[in-house]
Amino acid sequence: MNSLYILFDEIYRILFLLIPVLVTVAMIVWLDRRVWAFVQKRRGPNVVGPFGLLQSVADALKYIFKEIIIPASSNKLIFIIAPIITMTLALIAWAVIPFSENLILADINVGILYLFAISSLGVYGIIMGGWASNSKYPFLGAIRSAAQMVSYEVSIGVIIINVLLFTGSLNLKDIVLAQQNMWFVLPLFPMFVIFFISALAETNRPPFDLPEAEAELVAGYQTEYSGMMYAMFWLGEYANILLMCAMGSVLFLGGWLPPMDIGIFSLIPAPFWFIFKILFLFILFALVKATVPRYRYDQLMKLGWKIFLPLSLIWVVLTAAYLLYFDLLPKQI
Amino acid sequence: MVAHAVFFYLFSFIAIVSAIMVTVARNTVHSVFFLILDFISISCLFIMIGAEFLGMIMLIVYVGAVAVLFLFVVMMLNVAQQKNQWFASTKSSSHIPIGLLVSLIIFFELIIVVGGWKYKPDLLNSSTITISETTTNTHSLGNVLYTDYIHLFQLSGMILLVAMIGAIVLTFRERSGVKRQSYFQQISREKNDGVEVVDVKSNKGVKIDV
Repeated sequence: MNSLYILFDEIYRILFLLIPVLVTVAMIVWLDRRVWAFVQKRRGPNVVGPFGLLQSVADALKYIFKEIIIPASSNKLIFIIAPIITMTLALIAWAVIPFSENLILADINVGILYLFAISSLGVYGIIMGGWASNSKYPFLGAIRSAAQMVSYEVSIGVIIINVLLFTGSLNLKDIVLAQQNMWFVLPLFPMFVIFFISALAETNRPPFDLPEAEAELVAGYQTEYSGMMYAMFWLGEYANILLMCAMGSVLFLGGWLPPMDIGIFSLIPAPFWFIFKILFLFILFALVKATVPRYRYDQLMKLGWKIFLPLSLIWVVLTAAYLLYFDLLPKQI
Repeated sequence: MVAHAVFFYLFSFIAIVSAIMVTVARNTVHSVFFLILDFISISCLFIMIGAEFLGMIMLIVYVGAVAVLFLFVVMMLNVAQQKNQWFASTKSSSHIPIGLLVSLIIFFELIIVVGGWKYKPDLLNSSTITISETTTNTHSLGNVLYTDYIHLFQLSGMILLVAMIGAIVLTFRERSGVKRQSYFQQISREKNDGVEVVDVKSNKGVKIDV
């Protein structure tokens, strides 16, 4: 009886996390298009519902009722699994995100490694989709995406090491609590910028959206997908973007902590601070999409391997030297 | 406890079956996907015995990077078209004796390691590592790796570095006649270098050296 109770309790908590995340993902698509439109002096989606808020619902309905077409020459099993993998990986990573000190689904010791591992697995959905389509454009998109995501993961990993030098713990809660005096965005500002750009590349956002560059590759790995399967790719992509924003705010912007320990700030509950920070980073993502032209592929590779990787490695050495010299290294717990 | 056993057998069953499928699968790309499944279930097993750091590193390094490169190479070389035939063709079955030999050697090595560990548990207990319940997995690993075994750790890093340099040297070819682009040259171009204003007479045309 007891174990059954635990099971239902867990399911309740998982649903309590997943349903808001999915609704947020749908709304964030609307926000993305609105910001994009405002930058370009257009209106954006404003017809369905107040301010066009229900646009995503309308889109979702359309996708659900469209026919799913599976190409005859495709590898059917992998073709169907690919969007499922993208979606699942984008959602399971939310398990370790701390919304406040007590509001964590799974408070594991290696939280940041888990996040990093899941985000590096995300590439499989894209490769599998592109390969299984058995068509030229999706395949090219998949190959591009594989190379791009592997390259930018390296610099994200090194940036995470920078933060870990300050915290001495892989637990996300400890990482946030270590920022009580100062958010890591201040001492590590160059790393925050590199993390932001690498996150753009990791989630295939413009200006790094070469895997789906519509001018060259139709829609990249998504070309052969239709209906709900396409929508799952799309939802997974936006869930990943939100996840990267959450990761950025945990690592650099102090997670659920208010900017200063003043009474007015602590009136707002901790999870709201976290959501504000995620939204702030997301609007930055949207602004970048609206303003920056797409990179060329060799420029993208050059940026990742020849600029970001050496820079973040040098910064690791500098941070370590600084912490060692001033004896600020975190003591073992 | 029952749940623990159930999950252990589930993961190890998936690991073994997918390891067999890696060799049996007729399509090479499918083999790589089964290899990935194998890596993931092994890392689940690591996490189940409490080695969460190793499990996550396994996911990041093997699944997130190594297997992606495998997949990349297998897809690019188009080996997916040449079907894997296990015992069917003479060409591939000539590898089987060597494969059997290697796997036999690995099998006996494993038996020696596991047997030694089983019958003489204090054989390798020369170091003074104490495992405490309070420190996390990552901390205790770091405490050992960066103190007692620092030389071996650095040495393995050096070996990897040398291997990387070797791979680059082997594959690097200086190609002549390739157009290269330099950002500095592109950005530092002045208006005078690129644009020339020419006075063209009507009905005459003008010849420009490009």
